[in-house]
Amino acid sequence: MTTRISTVKALLEAHGRPEREVYYDLENSPRVPEEVVKAMLPYFNVKGYGHPSITHRPGWEAVEIVESTREAVAGTINAEPENITFTPSGTAANNLALVGSCMETGKGKIVISAVEHESVIFPAIRTLGSLGYRVVQAPVDEDGLVDPEILASLVDKSTVLVSVQLVNHEIGTIQKVREIAEYAKDVNSRVLVHTDAADGWGWIPIDVERLGVDLLTLSGRKIQAPRGVGILWVRDGVKMRRIVEGPLSTQSLWPGVENTPIIAGLREAIKLAFEDMEGRAGRVAGLRDRLMEGILGQLDDVILNGPRGAMRSPDNLNISFLHVEGEALTIELSTKGIYVSSGSACTSRVLEPSHVMLAIGRKYEEAHGSILFKLTKYHTMEDVKYTIENVLSAVERLRKISAIRGGLVE
Amino acid sequence: MSRVPLVYTSKVLELFKNPKNLGKMDDASVSAQAGSPACGDVINIYLKVESRDGEEYIEKASFESYGCAANIAAASVVTELAKGLTLKDAWLKIGWKQVSDELGGLPPVKRHCSVLAVGALKRAIRKYYAEVKGYKPEWLPSDLTPDERQALEAEEMIDRLYRRFRNESEKDRPNNTA
Repeated sequence: MTTRISTVKALLEAHGRPEREVYYDLENSPRVPEEVVKAMLPYFNVKGYGHPSITHRPGWEAVEIVESTREAVAGTINAEPENITFTPSGTAANNLALVGSCMETGKGKIVISAVEHESVIFPAIRTLGSLGYRVVQAPVDEDGLVDPEILASLVDKSTVLVSVQLVNHEIGTIQKVREIAEYAKDVNSRVLVHTDAADGWGWIPIDVERLGVDLLTLSGRKIQAPRGVGILWVRDGVKMRRIVEGPLSTQSLWPGVENTPIIAGLREAIKLAFEDMEGRAGRVAGLRDRLMEGILGQLDDVILNGPRGAMRSPDNLNISFLHVEGEALTIELSTKGIYVSSGSACTSRVLEPSHVMLAIGRKYEEAHGSILFKLTKYHTMEDVKYTIENVLSAVERLRKISAIRGGLVE
Repeated sequence: MSRVPLVYTSKVLELFKNPKNLGKMDDASVSAQAGSPACGDVINIYLKVESRDGEEYIEKASFESYGCAANIAAASVVTELAKGLTLKDAWLKIGWKQVSDELGGLPPVKRHCSVLAVGALKRAIRKYYAEVKGYKPEWLPSDLTPDERQALEAEEMIDRLYRRFRNESEKDRPNNTA
């Protein structure tokens, strides 16, 4: 560990801090806006730092922030605050949704899509699969879209749960969750339908009644709240079991003391995200389109991953740069202050490329060269111009040295 | 994606930004490749060999890389080490551990990059004797060395991995129990 600490210190020193920094890696971690940080600060040591279930002033202040945030969350999805559970992360909320509901339904078949987040795929396959549940993955088309009819064809009398995300986290595909829920329940009315809506929150309208789902996951960090709070909405009447045990406080599905500073940050992030969601989403989409056109229009051998137009989340841009490897590109761009991530195997724990890229039919070489940008209202046209310029030069440099372009391999 | 911290040394970053001996060599005596595009790691090594006093010297060495920062830095180190050595010394003295040490160490999941770089060099040396000279010197073993075997194993491992993916995607997905 000491080696790693000294190595990373030397690496950071050699890297230096670029004059201009543009952060696009909102998929992997938020950059928390100043307003949100400010809103959090009092809750560490001025107010609301108490345990919400203890009878003293800091405790009641904690109740105020926890419950008002719960109400704010509910308001964004047309739900009641009583049905909202705070969890330590979106990953925890998805685990609770799948495992907590299936423990009550009893064994059966679980239908998910091939492009779900790992926090859905892994609890389905690893946790529930090992307990005897059968997990089936619905395929997607080249845009990453699940066909509701194909999905419904996988639902049968033994099916206990369907889980399909609202927006894909890597390629921005907006799924037809309403139809999926409707068709699945037509086949088997007892089927529970869960949607991981984390990547749609703050970008497209979400209404639990309109969607017709039973369980819905959100994640604070996807609207630039700090890391550390996820949300599960559970429809009245859906039986759930806790998957983590401990002392309960304001809520019954997740134990432990509520993290009030993070929750205060979430309340502010909701205010910022929802005061003019449509206008903001439109402006961000415009900026995203400029970035997309600037890159696709000026480089050969590039592929847009995910759909164009209204089926794509406004913040998402994912492009494969052929003949270059994505990790090298992330590092090259980092030295210019442009922070992105890649679906390349080289960045993964097990040297496997992104399952989303493979599911939409990308070849391995295409997956290795994929770069994900997520934009926010804090990005500017200057940022986008600076990014286009540097992406072009980075790709040019790496292609020039590439062993699979003009070299031995034709 | 499940990820792991990839903390490179400052040396890797430096060689990634300013690699030595970069580019295709038009007058190369021999060239060889290790890795595969599917695995996201390919290194081409070019050697310019000259005979002096009955010995074969590496006059120039260069590389091309399709791969991550570790891949590029490892290829830079291998070509730098090989320059000026006889083919025999290059064969006997350059190993992946030395390359990794020159880089100040590589993250465990990136060690195969140094293996691939050395594997490409050894392939080039073997190929030089097999195809240019038409004989095998005594010091050149008939069997693959551990470096070459590891390079092959790295290629095969990734190949196996991708065959598995391919098989999975070829199955009729709707009926495929994951």
